[in-house]
Amino acid sequence: MAGLKEKYKVYAPKRFPNGSIRYGEIDSLSEIVVDEKSHFSPKEVYLPIAQTIFYFKDSRCEESRPEDERDILIFARACDINAIERLDTIFLKNGGTEDAYYKRLREKVRFVLIECAGSFDGCFCVSMGTNETGNYMGILRDGKIDTQSEPVFVRENKKAVKIPDIDESIVKDVFGLEYWRGFDEECAGCGRCTAVCPTCSCFDTIDVIYNETSLDGERRRVWGSCMREDFAAMAGSHNVRKRAGDRMRFKVMHKIYDFKKRFGVSHMCVGCGRCGARCPRDIVFSDIVNTLADEAQKLKAKGGAAL
Amino acid sequence: MKNVLMPAPHRILSVVHETSAEYTFRVECSDTVEHGQFYVLSIPKIGEAPISVSSRGEGYLEFTIRKVGRLTEGIFGLGAGDTIFMRGPYGNAFPVEDFKGRDLVVITGGTGLAAVRSMLQHFYANPGEIKSLTLIAGFRNKDSVLFREDLERFKERFKTIYCLDDTEAEGFKKGLVTEYIRDVPFSAFSDYNVVIVGPPEMISFSAKECLMRGADEGRIWVSLERKMSCSVGKCGHCKIGGVYVCLEGPVFNYAEAKNLID
Repeated sequence: MAGLKEKYKVYAPKRFPNGSIRYGEIDSLSEIVVDEKSHFSPKEVYLPIAQTIFYFKDSRCEESRPEDERDILIFARACDINAIERLDTIFLKNGGTEDAYYKRLREKVRFVLIECAGSFDGCFCVSMGTNETGNYMGILRDGKIDTQSEPVFVRENKKAVKIPDIDESIVKDVFGLEYWRGFDEECAGCGRCTAVCPTCSCFDTIDVIYNETSLDGERRRVWGSCMREDFAAMAGSHNVRKRAGDRMRFKVMHKIYDFKKRFGVSHMCVGCGRCGARCPRDIVFSDIVNTLADEAQKLKAKGGAAL
Repeated sequence: MKNVLMPAPHRILSVVHETSAEYTFRVECSDTVEHGQFYVLSIPKIGEAPISVSSRGEGYLEFTIRKVGRLTEGIFGLGAGDTIFMRGPYGNAFPVEDFKGRDLVVITGGTGLAAVRSMLQHFYANPGEIKSLTLIAGFRNKDSVLFREDLERFKERFKTIYCLDDTEAEGFKKGLVTEYIRDVPFSAFSDYNVVIVGPPEMISFSAKECLMRGADEGRIWVSLERKMSCSVGKCGHCKIGGVYVCLEGPVFNYAEAKNLID
């Protein structure tokens, strides 16, 4: 481990004093929580919750520098390793530009695979095709890093999810479903689901000042959440997604429809199920997806009959 | 590697008070900018926001900003000689080449006029490039009228209808822009385009009114305003379905825009 830490900052899911299982730096492999699913995803390692992007100094902007030169080693499960490709798509590909702050951390990241002995409650990685990965340097086995053995991946989850068959012919009807209105009351708009999601990438920026008398300060990027009421609110009181149901629809459709439509490869959701586990109102994302699959099927059948 | 989120300092050359709540800042800048594009303006301590270019000229750009929200209040404290940070230009532009030689109808609500002002100034200076231009510009009331000098000059070369939401005044009719769209002779036009810029509801009602008056949806262009925290397709705020307003917009053909559901 000492050798590892010379070369890497080492992160793994570990139990914090408040009981939550979160990614943090470890000193020993024995700290890693293997037999439970972490409450938070590893994304906070390469997409920090708050990150200074530049400093305002004497009427200039000065780019922040990375704090540590070492590479980053993360112990992660297949779903979370697959999730980083979704973040890569947004931060390194979308719009044809690369995000410098994401890239400088991302380039350092290497994974060690944590195998899943079985499927945990709420997992639906098999349905999302994220139960396997080849992106790892070794496997965590018997408290050691094994670079020789073949990994064992989960082949079945207790929860199966049907991906809705949505296309241009019914997408407007899916957006218009009365079903979404149920979330106006049900969803608290707290943003827990997006905080624990390994693929949620939205951010806000905030400026922090050091004192009132000078312009010196810094701009930070902080995690945003499309579930919060002010996410789409513009100056001057225009808010295009005032209702919680509209925000739920925005999130769900991004995860299982329009991300793939835009980028072509995979759906954004990796099926870790953390959003459902953390929701204070017990809204289960995978149940929403299954409901949409049924609704999409009905809409298709109706369209077919009308033709 | 280029850091796309890093703003550059620019000097403010002058500030014009359009109304008590809307100022136009002329900023030193030699970028090539197309009509309809925007910049992200930034004030240290306050934050940043996307603002459309309201005019362009040799060595300068203008931005007209409404005093709403924290950022815009910070900008209002700045004057000539002060520094403003900005990055851009971002977004697509109005298909001005397609507008040339044809009839053009421009419908604006409030500060929406800022986003088309540079294009209107261009056609005012080059009237031969356009067959006709009809401008329907609506404002809340007499105190919120923007670009008064431009509006006056535009009367010389454009067909103009200026209106105020709930009062009548000299040079201004009473009512919403939607009430005056019926005066546009769409059936007399052989080939035309319509540009609509303003708050979300105004765009939606104006476009529907144009369609009711016989306009073809493929001839209608709208410029959408959405919250943005990056303007380079990363922050997620301006996404509508599979479309990013900062990347594919802000200008959309209405045939596409009508299917964008927030």
